[in-house]
Amino acid sequence: MKFYRSQVLVCAGTGCTSSGSADIIRIFKEEIEKVGLSEEVNVIHTGCFGLCENGPVVIVYPEGAFYSHIKLTDVPRIVTEHLLKGRIVTDLVYSSDSAHKSKSMALEDIEFYKKQKRVALRNCGAIDPENIEEYIAFDGYKALAKCLTEYTGEEGRDKIIDIMLQSGLRGRGGAGFPTGLKWKFAKAPVSDIKYVCCNADEGDPGAFMDRSVLEGDPHAVLEAMTIAGYVIGAQQGYIYVRAEYPIAVHRLRIAINQAREYGLLGNNILGTDFSFDIDLRLGSGAFVCGEETALLASIEGKRGEPNPRPPFPAVKGLFGKPTLLNNVETYANVCQIILNGPEWFASMGTEKSKGTKVFALGGKIQNTGLVEVPMGTTLREVIYEIGGGIPNGKKFKAAQTGGPSGGCIPAQHLDVPIDFDNLSAIGSMMGSGGLIVMDEDNCMVNIAKFFLEFTCDESCGKCPPCRIGTRRMLEILEKICDGKGEPGDIEKLEELAINIKNSALCGLGQTAPNPVLSTLRYFRDEYEAHIYEHRCPAGVCSSMLRYTIDPEKCKGCSLCAKNCPAGAISGEIKKPFVIDTEKCVKCGACIEKCKFGAISRK
Amino acid sequence: MANENKAREELYKELDVIIEQWKDEPGGLLPIMQNAQEIIGCVDEEVQNYISDKTGIPVSTIYGVATFYSLFTLEPNGKYTIGICLGTACYVRGSQLVYDELSKQLGVEGGRTTGDGLFTLTATRCIGCCGLAPAMTVNGDVYGRVKPEDVKGIIEKYRNIG
Ligand SMILES: Cc1cc2nc3c(=O)[nH]c(=O)nc-3n(C[C@H](O)[C@H](O)[C@H](O)COP(=O)(O)O)c2cc1C
Ligand code: FES
Repeated sequence: MKFYRSQVLVCAGTGCTSSGSADIIRIFKEEIEKVGLSEEVNVIHTGCFGLCENGPVVIVYPEGAFYSHIKLTDVPRIVTEHLLKGRIVTDLVYSSDSAHKSKSMALEDIEFYKKQKRVALRNCGAIDPENIEEYIAFDGYKALAKCLTEYTGEEGRDKIIDIMLQSGLRGRGGAGFPTGLKWKFAKAPVSDIKYVCCNADEGDPGAFMDRSVLEGDPHAVLEAMTIAGYVIGAQQGYIYVRAEYPIAVHRLRIAINQAREYGLLGNNILGTDFSFDIDLRLGSGAFVCGEETALLASIEGKRGEPNPRPPFPAVKGLFGKPTLLNNVETYANVCQIILNGPEWFASMGTEKSKGTKVFALGGKIQNTGLVEVPMGTTLREVIYEIGGGIPNGKKFKAAQTGGPSGGCIPAQHLDVPIDFDNLSAIGSMMGSGGLIVMDEDNCMVNIAKFFLEFTCDESCGKCPPCRIGTRRMLEILEKICDGKGEPGDIEKLEELAINIKNSALCGLGQTAPNPVLSTLRYFRDEYEAHIYEHRCPAGVCSSMLRYTIDPEKCKGCSLCAKNCPAGAISGEIKKPFVIDTEKCVKCGACIEKCKFGAISRK
Repeated sequence: MANENKAREELYKELDVIIEQWKDEPGGLLPIMQNAQEIIGCVDEEVQNYISDKTGIPVSTIYGVATFYSLFTLEPNGKYTIGICLGTACYVRGSQLVYDELSKQLGVEGGRTTGDGLFTLTATRCIGCCGLAPAMTVNGDVYGRVKPEDVKGIIEKYRNIG
């Protein structure tokens, strides 16, 4: 590889691409060319740095200067000042506290990264994901080479399984099943054809961990799948990736082709008699295809409907053959475990949940983005220290994990160490890593309704409890949010929830009632306020809202009346105005316009 | 769609290449249909019959697949497909209000196309730009931190291009 004096890393993950990083890369290249530094400075597009909120993000090495919110017009300054004259452009450097712009804010010094431990995301934002040589330079394909040369024969393969078992790695796709055990089950059956599959369907709406791994470090997944293929005796792998992830698909295609060129996929890998190849299959927008049996049906080209287990995929999976299926993030840990040893991995985390977990932080949080923390970190640390807390001085209400299958975590559990078992104990679940923060302005009944709408939409319709039961639950929730709730509705919801959980065919239906159950557990008072007082405490459910003007604060400027589309506001200039609640259509235009904060919505 | 001007015959020729490539591959039906959706812009009855004739797969199976996955549409989308993210991160930051405004401005429900064939309104789930929530896309162009009052201007922009 060529040596460069400076490296300009520009994030080309989905978040930053959407905020215009492709043009930034182009302008950087042009400007660098203009000042004649093309031979000395290298511009690289990388995967996600995690701090998506502050995108587009640019890091310049060797100084490690971290520039955020970069606009096209900022690029020439960075080139002439920083790259040419060696002076960091301090006013463009990221700072979590804008009053203290430090001279050179290096990555390690940023609050956002301090508590993080990047294992699965190790290469995201560090290497060019479209260049296999960079991956190799960062110990890429070393774990595969180690497996193929040191762990040979039946014994060697069992040894790799032992390593996975000892590491304590559990599946990151949601269920948390021990990965080593899964590999062992898939190795056991004797069959001339076996498959290794990767679940990159990432269905949780509001989660983008797997996407970022694929966009930032695709080879890590390919390498781990190849190792898995070697262990269980498979010849073919499939990555099932969402079609909605075009950048990830593009980079995976490039990565697969490069790996084939380098003899790291295909026949006789690294000169051994082991042959293995990987192909992509695109999802077509069906949440249930994240469920393992549905996913395999979809790869077979059928409707992605789940099938009862047993038989488990390890025995009878894709095309009826023994199949191993793991999640993207699970695979992203594998090579590190083989290179650094199972003890290293097991030294991180809690007793029953080892290693780290990637979370996609979103919602009402300062630093939306991707974080990776050791298991056992508390929610408080993630939300306040890494996430920077709740914006606009609002109060934290709950965090939702596990997406539509999970539950919410209220303030009283902020200090629970996050791991598989603790989250289940408080009525939520680890899930795949979506972590959505909600503040006082979010109505928990409305959120429960949102998730039920999602599951109703995505229910494949094969089994009645899920198809009909979730619809009944949704109808009740809609009624409550419309201010038409009746005594007994909560009990009906609970009864339905238990029955659906016990009788649905697959994980989708079995977990669909969870958001309702957990909001009922912690925010029953909100449900009750809706039903018994016809009041939405958070001021979200519009049919129950009343707009009123505070006569103390109103200066009588008439701006609200002028902007009311329904002509519901009247009054005399310089005297308090009033809203006719009969005419009011609750559009909120008046609140937006009032300069004195005199109008409230309750 | 991009291919609206080409006659179907032409498009079918493109599809033939794809069918040839996938038809003997196990599980090849989905890739064929994904490509058909992309090339022709929908998988209506005619397209389903066409694929069935070429592959020998029963139309009922193809119809079953077409109606199962949300990516497939049975009629062509408008020139511009507007996707508003209703993923959780966007939802808690108010994307439903943006969606409602879009629906009002365009006069169509989600999944429908405006009478002039210009816009199709769809609700999408997380598009990975949660940092820009609420996020909205128009044929792949991403708009971040969209407020209901921004909607009108964005629609106008595309209407003016026509
Ligand atoms: C409705 C439903 C949706 C799921 N969605 C996903 C998903 O998007 N990604 C994923 O990796 N696993 C998902 N799973 C879990 C998979 O069924 C499976 O357990 C997992 O991919 C196994 O990999 P792991 O052991 O590495 O976690 C889902 C399960 C259910 C029931
Ligand atoms: S939830 Fe809308 S982009 Fe992620």
